[in-house]
Amino acid sequence: MNELLLNSMFFGSFLSLGVYLAAARLRQRFPSPLLNPLMLSIIVIIAILKLTGIEYEHYDRGAKYLTYFITPATICLAIPLYRQFHHLKKNYRAILLAILSGVLSGLICIFGLAYVMSFSKEHYVTFLPKSITTAIGIDLSKELGGNSTITVTAIVLTGIMGSVMGEWICKVFKIKHPISVGLALGTASHVLGTSKALEIGEIEGAMSSLSVAISGIMTIVFAGLFARLM
Amino acid sequence: MDKLKQLGIILGITFGSEVLYRLLKLPVPASVYGLLILFAALQSGLLKPEKIEATGNFLLVAMPVFFIAPGVNLMNIFDQVQPILWQALVLIFISTIVVTVITGKVADFILRKELDK
Repeated sequence: MNELLLNSMFFGSFLSLGVYLAAARLRQRFPSPLLNPLMLSIIVIIAILKLTGIEYEHYDRGAKYLTYFITPATICLAIPLYRQFHHLKKNYRAILLAILSGVLSGLICIFGLAYVMSFSKEHYVTFLPKSITTAIGIDLSKELGGNSTITVTAIVLTGIMGSVMGEWICKVFKIKHPISVGLALGTASHVLGTSKALEIGEIEGAMSSLSVAISGIMTIVFAGLFARLM
Repeated sequence: MDKLKQLGIILGITFGSEVLYRLLKLPVPASVYGLLILFAALQSGLLKPEKIEATGNFLLVAMPVFFIAPGVNLMNIFDQVQPILWQALVLIFISTIVVTVITGKVADFILRKELDK
């Protein structure tokens, strides 16, 4: 049995998709933001691999083909962006300032917390790119001298948090304008926040897409400075 | 056939942006080049949105699926992270809330001020 799975090219991708669809179905039955299909899938698949003793490498042999689609899917964020470009043109000052404040407050917050909790320099720079999309975050983490594998996990967890809690945070703090909600989700939790924003509405989705690109570039610019603080 | 052609266009742009990334050697990831190329193509009218939308929207909706394997990788690095696990979770939790609130509030504040003018 194990032999069969070890040599299968499709086991991993089938498992990923099957578990995700079941999780999505579950959320349809019991609509709650806590039942996030991505989070559930990750937990269930880790449990399955641990229980059966299948190694991650064997799972990833098939699952990695799905991971490759992150880049083309991120590029497609240009579509909602194009559709809502008039909002950007009209409000570019608010949009750019909001994303800049978000990026800087994020970096300051990570520095402050890492300092208080006495992180090593390597761990500190590992978390600096946590709010941006994996495609950007992996390279940035390596460049700063961080552990890019931990960075990827931090990015995925941040994204899940954003899609589970983002809408709720906006409600609690009375962030109302659709543009503001989109910018908040995209700047804090990259493309996973954006897929949530696209569910809320098209303006939210477009603004969120925009923030993924802009906050990514701003983080590249400022993370280098912040890395030198510790 | 139509959707296949759309996928072809999207993968073509992805390939082009990968080439740019390797040639220019800037610390800008391939996906940002691709996003700009696709946006420029749409904005200039070179590419009609209908020529790409069906497959493009499909990829956007499916986005979380592409993150499952990197998430499952947590089981591999668990031993490395364990000594700082709680600190890391606290850091991720607090900073995500801070960024969401600051970004949203600043945007709300400026948008409201500009409306009042």
